[in-house]
Amino acid sequence: MKPAPFGYVAPSTIAAALGALGEDAKPLAGGQSLVPLLNFRLARPETLVDLNGIAELAYLRRSDGTLRIGALTRQVTIERSAVVAEGWPLLAQAVRHVAHPAIRNRGTVGGSVAHADPAAELPVALTALDARFHVRSAARGTRTIAAADLFLAPLMTALEPDELLVEIEVPPPPAGARSAFVEHARTHGDFAVAGAAVVRAGREHAAVALLGAGPTPVRAPDAEHALRHGASAAEAAAIAGAGLDDDYRRALTTELVRRALEEAQAG
Amino acid sequence: MIIEIEINGEPCRGEIEPRTLLSDFIRHTAGLTGTHVGCEHGVCGACTVQLDGETVRSCLMLAVQAKGRSVLTVEGLAPGDAALHPLQRAFHEHHALQCGFCTPGFLLTAEALLRERPDPSEREVREALAGNLCRCTGYEGIVNAVLDVARAGRPDVA
Repeated sequence: MKPAPFGYVAPSTIAAALGALGEDAKPLAGGQSLVPLLNFRLARPETLVDLNGIAELAYLRRSDGTLRIGALTRQVTIERSAVVAEGWPLLAQAVRHVAHPAIRNRGTVGGSVAHADPAAELPVALTALDARFHVRSAARGTRTIAAADLFLAPLMTALEPDELLVEIEVPPPPAGARSAFVEHARTHGDFAVAGAAVVRAGREHAAVALLGAGPTPVRAPDAEHALRHGASAAEAAAIAGAGLDDDYRRALTTELVRRALEEAQAG
Repeated sequence: MIIEIEINGEPCRGEIEPRTLLSDFIRHTAGLTGTHVGCEHGVCGACTVQLDGETVRSCLMLAVQAKGRSVLTVEGLAPGDAALHPLQRAFHEHHALQCGFCTPGFLLTAEALLRERPDPSEREVREALAGNLCRCTGYEGIVNAVLDVARAGRPDVA
């Protein structure tokens, strides 16, 4: 099918984009999720605000040890970045599972976050990395949201219609951190049924984030606590999966967490 | 609105609506019907073209977003009317197509893969092509064709 008619603006600055956003306007980043919705006419915005011409939204840099990702940064940029591979390998591990190369060439990090698909990989990895999300509006300026407060429900975030996600801030992982991202999908590049992102650093630091274990990315605090007190990968994985009602999902999630923890431990 | 896109090295001007998809601009405005539209929601890969040298789904881009940029379609792949691109020749030799509907997308995806990774493993080829669906061949011929071109391009293999 073809999209229903819409008005189209392509601002070249964040300020101009904020001026154009509102109740009936939708920001267009990479379009790899929004354009299918437009084609199906599941989304019928009055106006599309195309962000692709906003150079100040596309950057990836390390400053004072923190990774700052402009919302318009393409997924392929994460995949190829030496800075990411060295400092935040979990993001590189996760992004390789995002659809296919042709999708990652267009798809953006900010788009994955703001779309909030419960099967999306990057929000899960960012949740494991304690990322913070900077959003801006013309009326209220900038505010910063933690992952736990950003993702509310499938395809729903705490972003207001007049707000734009501008930057994702990823704190430096603890010294000696090792990570892994494991998921199960029916074919490579398909939407994942379940998955796990883990970060370990010595005994003290353990982050376990789950994909497909709820309507949003979730952390597994009980499993993290157990890991910090010496639990094995298998023991912590059983705790991470224990809360899931569905037998298949519980078995799958438990197994994926175990594999991710063992992969991270093997380094 | 009127836009101009370079397609296969030639400027192409046309009047469009904002909602016009790049795939429809290529097929209806430029008249290049080698780019096929399968699912129109980014799943099948048939409409894959290259935008400034990188593969994209032309059904997931608005034509207006390609304004002033350079698009390569299957019609621009061969060096001339009489010759085939090495990938096209290999697809022919390996029976890598039957109905041919998916072929343009596969060719442009494989071309980009071999430029980035001239000597891919079979696994890498399969992974790179995983976003393109073929309902005829079972993929064996396609994978063999791409591996064949990669091997032929290697100086240590005669």
